[in-house]
Amino acid sequence: MTAAAEDVVLRLTDVVKTFPGVRALDGVRLEVRAGEVHCLLGQNGAGKSTLIKVLSGVHAPDSGEVSWLGEPVSFGNPQAAMKAGIATIYQELDLIDGLSVADNIYLGHEPQRAGWVRRQQTHDGAMQILARLGHAEIPVAREVGKLPAAAKQIVSMGRALSREAKLLVMDEPSAVLAHDEVANLFRVVRGLTAAGIAVIYISHRLEEIREIGDRVTVLKDGRTMAANLDAKTTPTSELVSRMTGRSIEYVFPPRPPARDAEADARQPVLRVEGLTLDGEFDDVSLTVGRGEIVGITGLVGSGRSELLETIYGARRASAGRVEVDGRPLRPGSVTAAVRAGLGMAPEERKSQALVLGEPVYRNVTLPTFERFASRGFTDAAREQAAAARVTDSLDLRPRDVRRPVRTLSGGNQQKVVVARWLLGATKVLLLDEPTRGVDVGARAELYQVIRRLADEGVGVLLVSSEVPEVLGLADRVLVMREGRLVHAAPAAELDEHAVLDLVMAGSLLEGGTA
Amino acid sequence: MTVGEKVGAPAGGTPAPGASGRRWLRWPEEAGEAVKRNLGLVGVLVAIILVGVATKPELFLDGGWLWNNELLILTQAAAIGVIAVGMTFVMISGGIDLSVGALVALSSVWCTTVATQEFGVGGMVFAALVVGTLAGAVNGLLIGYGRIVPFIATLAMLVAARGLAQRISGKLTQRVSTENRLIPDLSSTKWLGIPALVVILLVVAAAGWVLLNRTTFGRRTFAIGGNAEAARLAGINIRRHTVLVYALSGLCCGIGALIVVSLSSAGAADHGELYELDAIAAAIIGGTALAGGRGSIVGAILGVLIFKGITNLFIVNNLEQEYQLIVKGAIIIGAVLVQGFNLSSLRRRRSAAG
Repeated sequence: MTAAAEDVVLRLTDVVKTFPGVRALDGVRLEVRAGEVHCLLGQNGAGKSTLIKVLSGVHAPDSGEVSWLGEPVSFGNPQAAMKAGIATIYQELDLIDGLSVADNIYLGHEPQRAGWVRRQQTHDGAMQILARLGHAEIPVAREVGKLPAAAKQIVSMGRALSREAKLLVMDEPSAVLAHDEVANLFRVVRGLTAAGIAVIYISHRLEEIREIGDRVTVLKDGRTMAANLDAKTTPTSELVSRMTGRSIEYVFPPRPPARDAEADARQPVLRVEGLTLDGEFDDVSLTVGRGEIVGITGLVGSGRSELLETIYGARRASAGRVEVDGRPLRPGSVTAAVRAGLGMAPEERKSQALVLGEPVYRNVTLPTFERFASRGFTDAAREQAAAARVTDSLDLRPRDVRRPVRTLSGGNQQKVVVARWLLGATKVLLLDEPTRGVDVGARAELYQVIRRLADEGVGVLLVSSEVPEVLGLADRVLVMREGRLVHAAPAAELDEHAVLDLVMAGSLLEGGTA
Repeated sequence: MTVGEKVGAPAGGTPAPGASGRRWLRWPEEAGEAVKRNLGLVGVLVAIILVGVATKPELFLDGGWLWNNELLILTQAAAIGVIAVGMTFVMISGGIDLSVGALVALSSVWCTTVATQEFGVGGMVFAALVVGTLAGAVNGLLIGYGRIVPFIATLAMLVAARGLAQRISGKLTQRVSTENRLIPDLSSTKWLGIPALVVILLVVAAAGWVLLNRTTFGRRTFAIGGNAEAARLAGINIRRHTVLVYALSGLCCGIGALIVVSLSSAGAADHGELYELDAIAAAIIGGTALAGGRGSIVGAILGVLIFKGITNLFIVNNLEQEYQLIVKGAIIIGAVLVQGFNLSSLRRRRSAAG
């Protein structure tokens, strides 16, 4: 207690943070010591992102204590946290591409005299900081936008150093890096910890945690399931079992009796062969049978969303083909895909799927309004009647289809997106994270809707980062990792543990290391 | 066919009234806000006339003079009004067309060259419309397929089209020959007591309204301006539609050029100068969002009339023109502020009710 307790820079006790309908943090404990790499482990939705935001001053906790350097603190805003010495490096690096490396490092606290930036001091200071990070070769005058991802990350860390940060929070820093760049990142991180700086390191890759981590804290459902496990010696099975068995009340519709897999393979409604998109995914082949729900799971950056968008024609494949009902699709044409009977509910509902200012019915008929039109004239009354019919079948609330979509809740907005594909002759529905930002009750309804669609013969290809969702809803599960399909099996033959292990590049089923 | 289809289920809360027949005439329910806004603009027009009554009662209380004066305002508004219709489409689709004034000049010059005039009135009309449409389509190709932002693409067209007009005309005014007198004569022709140019404006505006609010073309325009990515992922060909929208704006410039030629009896490279500003201002006053997705043809026409009405008021009162520009600037800001206020207060009321 004595020696170690003095080292502790950050201590969280029973921190709670709720959002409307969600208890994102529900009693988190965390203890970080100076000079250690403390790893946070947990599935999507376990509360990691919220925790980071509490630490970086974006959110204030509802209750519980955050103690920093022995003093209870509450950061009102990100600037306060930064000033106190906590720097966060987000996955989407918050650098300004048009500014130089030096200007980015000193952004917001430029060395200045009477409002004039002292350029020489900025320049020299940035050089020193980069040298400290072992990357003196990065030219400080270069525009950040012209640097590769790995160098940008170093610049981000340089910014933290320029603020004299004592704690660095890194959110999946390796997701954007190639393999050899990760080794270099680790070298830099070790340099920092040797200087007494604490690092909170978030990664889904167990082998990284083994290599760089000192201690591990596991989160599940916003709670600390295990704290301060040894990162090197704790068995993988123990780590994974702490993360699994999430208690969220998922209600899945009953799965129909086991499907005849061979019949599906013979008569697929969607067939993808050797599909490749350079830099995103490689040589992906899959089939979806009539009335079958196929789930794809994998980490962010595994290429799953890009795969759906490429199948749909929103991106042009580098190689491979897509067939619907045996007929090949014209590559790179959404219009052709829709005509052939494909429908998609994209990942970003608001920016990719909805015209927020327009009424519900116009959003429902967005892909089909021409079918209601005669000789180029639209027929709003028929559209409204048809939209009301399908939205009623999804139990959309409020029921008025003339309300702007903007005024609906997240779950109801998602119903509008799904409803649009019930109007046409949709044969295959591509769903990308259909329940993101949707509360628990609406989730169950969406699951029912998806299953009912499948029962009527629609093939569904579902992408989700929530493993229980894929396992509970899909008939067959495909696991994607680093742009490749690494495993396929009927959902009934898999459990959460096995899938998580595959997703995180573990080796329980494959029998080797990645 | 569809999930859980309930035959005869009520159409979402309230059944759509008058669902059968006569749907061309029916007022769209979702247009309620726009109607309110347009009534406000009509109020401004009435106010302008009332100011006229207050300042020049001897003229504005004379029914005959007032009628002729209002027809004069409408006639002067015809060219800008037609162009504002096209501009409204462009702006609703999320774009902007800075080249409209230059396209008016180019079309007016092209249709009044000696060579074109030999083909007679029909040839002149054809030339003006085709030149405008093609130049607009070039804008659309640059924007839709060349991925150049609308501001830049149409700025380049503004400069280039004006230059081409100067090159063709040799910077000379090209008078309409006596054989083609029909075009200049149109400016003094009245049909059923209404100046022919005003009738053209009304026809274009009515056609534009139907196209925008009742056709798939208009629906696509709103969808693309409201959320281009959502429209694309719903299978709408947004590049092709972009070309068509800018071509439509160009066509309106061609019609506008004919009106200008009719009024001035000549084509010239300096026709249509700063028309782009008037057209954009009219669209904005009429409630069209610069960001796209929202807008109204009726509002744009009312916006043009407000500007021309103010000009008229200043002329009738022999006031200096400089003040008129200041008032117009204030009206643009005022219109945008009032619209923002309307929307936010509407939202507040809604959330309070629901």
